[in-house]
Amino acid sequence: MSFLIPRAPTRRRVLRGAFGGTAVAMALPFLDCFLNENGSALAATGAPIPTRFGTWYWGMGHTPGHAVVEKRQTSQGIEFLSETQALKPHAQHMTYFGNFNMPLDGRSNYTHFSGWVANRTGSAPSRANEIPGTTLDLLIADVIGNNTRFKTIDVSAAGITRENYSARGTNSRAAAEVSPVALYARLFGPEFVDPNKADFKPDPAIMLQKSVLSAYTEESKAFMKNIGAADKARLDEYYTSVRQIENQLALQLQKPEENKACLVPPKPSEPPADRLASVREMSNVIDNHKVLSKLLAMAVACDQTRVFNMVFTDNFANVRRNGETYTHHLLTHEEAIDAKLGYQPLAFWFGQQAMNGFAEYISLLSSIKEGDGTLLDHSLIFATSETNYARVHTIDGIPVYLAGKAGGKIKTGMHVIGNGDPITRVGFTVMRAMGVSLDKWGTNSLQTSKAITEILA
Amino acid sequence: MRLQNKRSLRGLVLAASLLGLSACGPTEPVSQGAPPDMRRLTEEQYRNTVADIFGPTITYGGRFDPLTRTDGLLTLGARTARVTPAGFEQYYALARSIAGQAVNESNRDTIVPCKPANAKDADDTCAKQFFTEVGRLLYRRPLNTEEVNLAVTSAHEVATTRKDFYQGLAYSLAGMMATPKFLFVIDSTEGDAAKAGDIRLTNYAKASRLSFLLWNSAPDEMLLTAAEKGELNTKSGLDKQVDRMIASPKLAGGVRAFFTDFLDLAKFETLEKDPVIYPAFGARAGEDAREQILRTITDHVVTRNLDYRDLYTTHRTFVTPSLARIYQIPAGRPEGGWSAYEFPKDDPRGGLVTQIGFLAVNSHPGRSSPTIRGKAIRETLLCQHVPDPPGDVDFSLFNDPNSPHKTARQRLTAHAVTPTCAGCHKVTDPIGLGLENFDGAGALRTTESDEKIDPTGDLDGIPFKDAAGLSTAVRNNPSVPTCLVNRMFAYAVGRPTDRTDKDTIQYFQTAFEKSGYRVPELLRDIARSETFYKVSPPKSAAAAEATTTDGHASKENKS
Repeated sequence: MSFLIPRAPTRRRVLRGAFGGTAVAMALPFLDCFLNENGSALAATGAPIPTRFGTWYWGMGHTPGHAVVEKRQTSQGIEFLSETQALKPHAQHMTYFGNFNMPLDGRSNYTHFSGWVANRTGSAPSRANEIPGTTLDLLIADVIGNNTRFKTIDVSAAGITRENYSARGTNSRAAAEVSPVALYARLFGPEFVDPNKADFKPDPAIMLQKSVLSAYTEESKAFMKNIGAADKARLDEYYTSVRQIENQLALQLQKPEENKACLVPPKPSEPPADRLASVREMSNVIDNHKVLSKLLAMAVACDQTRVFNMVFTDNFANVRRNGETYTHHLLTHEEAIDAKLGYQPLAFWFGQQAMNGFAEYISLLSSIKEGDGTLLDHSLIFATSETNYARVHTIDGIPVYLAGKAGGKIKTGMHVIGNGDPITRVGFTVMRAMGVSLDKWGTNSLQTSKAITEILA
Repeated sequence: MRLQNKRSLRGLVLAASLLGLSACGPTEPVSQGAPPDMRRLTEEQYRNTVADIFGPTITYGGRFDPLTRTDGLLTLGARTARVTPAGFEQYYALARSIAGQAVNESNRDTIVPCKPANAKDADDTCAKQFFTEVGRLLYRRPLNTEEVNLAVTSAHEVATTRKDFYQGLAYSLAGMMATPKFLFVIDSTEGDAAKAGDIRLTNYAKASRLSFLLWNSAPDEMLLTAAEKGELNTKSGLDKQVDRMIASPKLAGGVRAFFTDFLDLAKFETLEKDPVIYPAFGARAGEDAREQILRTITDHVVTRNLDYRDLYTTHRTFVTPSLARIYQIPAGRPEGGWSAYEFPKDDPRGGLVTQIGFLAVNSHPGRSSPTIRGKAIRETLLCQHVPDPPGDVDFSLFNDPNSPHKTARQRLTAHAVTPTCAGCHKVTDPIGLGLENFDGAGALRTTESDEKIDPTGDLDGIPFKDAAGLSTAVRNNPSVPTCLVNRMFAYAVGRPTDRTDKDTIQYFQTAFEKSGYRVPELLRDIARSETFYKVSPPKSAAAAEATTTDGHASKENKS
């Protein structure tokens, strides 16, 4: 039997974390590739404006024939139909992708699951609940999210913490923030350093926290050395997560650049009990989405994070409307098609609410001025669902929208036709635009090395 | 006194029956065990541990990274669960909050075992005493010298800088609670002196396994002391601890945790009822309905130690005013809170599947669902798999608004004419239709759309006339106890079972039957078995060394 004896902690070792790791006077460097196209800067300070990445998710896809006018070839202009009318004023800020396929190579279509997993990881699950890779937002966060307080922020307006479509695999999935009060506390609570406050003083308590955390981490690393290979990988991920918090603490010790776009939002109030008991009633989802979006957008504007994920409704659309017997999900399967309208009216209504929510989200991001543009101009939002036509669970042709110009790297206002190419071409192009170094992405028939050059500026 | 005598007598009877089992019953099959692993504390385990160590006055919110349900149990996801950056951020925030409260002015006198010479300065002696005691409970084993030094040195630095002894304790305690040593339950192993080349769990790892099974919390001081003395390697020492823990009020917490997982009560997270369609289903009803299930279970299987199968027919339960409104029974305590209630013998309510919780969570927001209810009985209570519906299923016939079908039975009959649908619906609907006298919120009804409901059905060839008949059919279904034993065993060892476990599970099933289907006896049998603690050498060569991975020297291996 052998034991691993770690070095005895000394006063010097503990202090090293406190005073060696804070880098109080050193600003974190920006990478050139994340400057916007013109190298333009925040008006107040001259600091370059970073490029951000976000995802926006809604459940149950679109109503075929009532969302976007189909086209035969890629061209400028998106023709929005009744379900997506709310997006019309934002057409110049968006790109729509149609006719891309999702080949599963004989694997089952795990309904309402395979679609989002393959779209975001580039690989189709081979069993229920399997997430076979890292989602694209995290691959992007690994490149652009290392120097902000939060690597990513995950939020859900539908109130289900586990339904967050950001993961590093089946067993590595963060819980989404569902409460505006909790999200506010996390983003703008006592640990938030206001960049526009003149009297910045590093809090010595933070230095001590960091030093103690680092000392315990170092000691436990040595101690856990004999763990088996699979568990070692789990521990490595744990230590990566610790580093993120150490980084977060270090950032709290630095005076942030002045940032006029950053306006600390008012603290939301706790909702009443009856509202909490009906968070998935659609009007409450819409309200919750509004409040959460504002907090999230300001967290991005305040450079607390550069990668942010919003779920409007979950992949099983467990949302309902007062007076109706079924959830949105069940309606897509069980509601009869209205012969006159040619669609399921209630399911359509839910789809319309989702697109209204997306339009509000885009409006919000474009209302925040940054330098010579807006927050939306400096962001790229990847908005998708898990199905194309939920009634029959089709996954070929899953709608994908991009919103924002990614600091000038992405062209907007286009309707891109995939001609049956794998849908992973969109994610691959997005990651390349965001600076992820990839030659190819995805597995089996979903693998691609072809960027959609038409949208690259 | 008389009650105590009765309890003693009952204990003797139980002990005698157990002795009989081991003397005359089947011998426990030899198990290969599984390689040691590392399980992330579940949210409930984290909360129970904190409450046990620091007391119930510590309050904190937080959200934990979700676990992946594996083979019907969330707990099995803990052995592969990771910690994301957002997850660790939560752990660290919780640790700071808990540590701060543990040593604040209200709690320090009860939690910190000594007083510093000067509260405005470091006191290494008092800090050492505190961390030696609390660290042992958090790491579920004694701290070694280096670990104590780290805790004391960290506290010293903070106390000196902040001029506050208790802040020193708080910062260092938070660091301790953010380490994997606390957040993961690690199967530490050692060479098995009895069998050269084999490994076994250390006494401390055994203590953790035992404690998380029976209490869903970390080992207490007595269990750790028994581990320290190596007593868990002896039959008498192990039996003594198992008996003590089963007799403890904390057993109810362990049983609640198991049934929460087994019955998939996580589904309540998304339970919502339409207030227009079901106005009686108020804001508290969902939470109370979940709690009702758990109270009924702990009362039945722990407090009264009755036949597990009778849980599906018992008329005894507990209600709150919010539930009483839906049940249409007297509120019990109009001012709120729980009161015991027994449905009359001829009442259609009887057993878990007729409770509001089961009925409402397995329905739509505004309509009942015989299919979902039947599927839940098959999958959850009988451990049978029901295939998912085909992706391109067509419900148009079923949902035509001009349809003449008024009841769920009529609609499902129309729907099941499609051969691809009929296959699955015939294994779910005949069960769920038996519960159609309860609407989507679990309230009693006799008609749907003015048409009388026909609640007859069939469970595996056993016909029944109504919900009471269904409850009896569930109670008598041989898969009900078998399913429980399968799930309980997997839950206990923290891994999915496979064919090599077949004989072992059969052994526990036989014992369960002999005990009269008493859940505490099943727990006792598992907790006393060799299989429960059995580990096989890890697959990787590096880890195959029989080493103690948590750095603690086991008493019996210190040669």
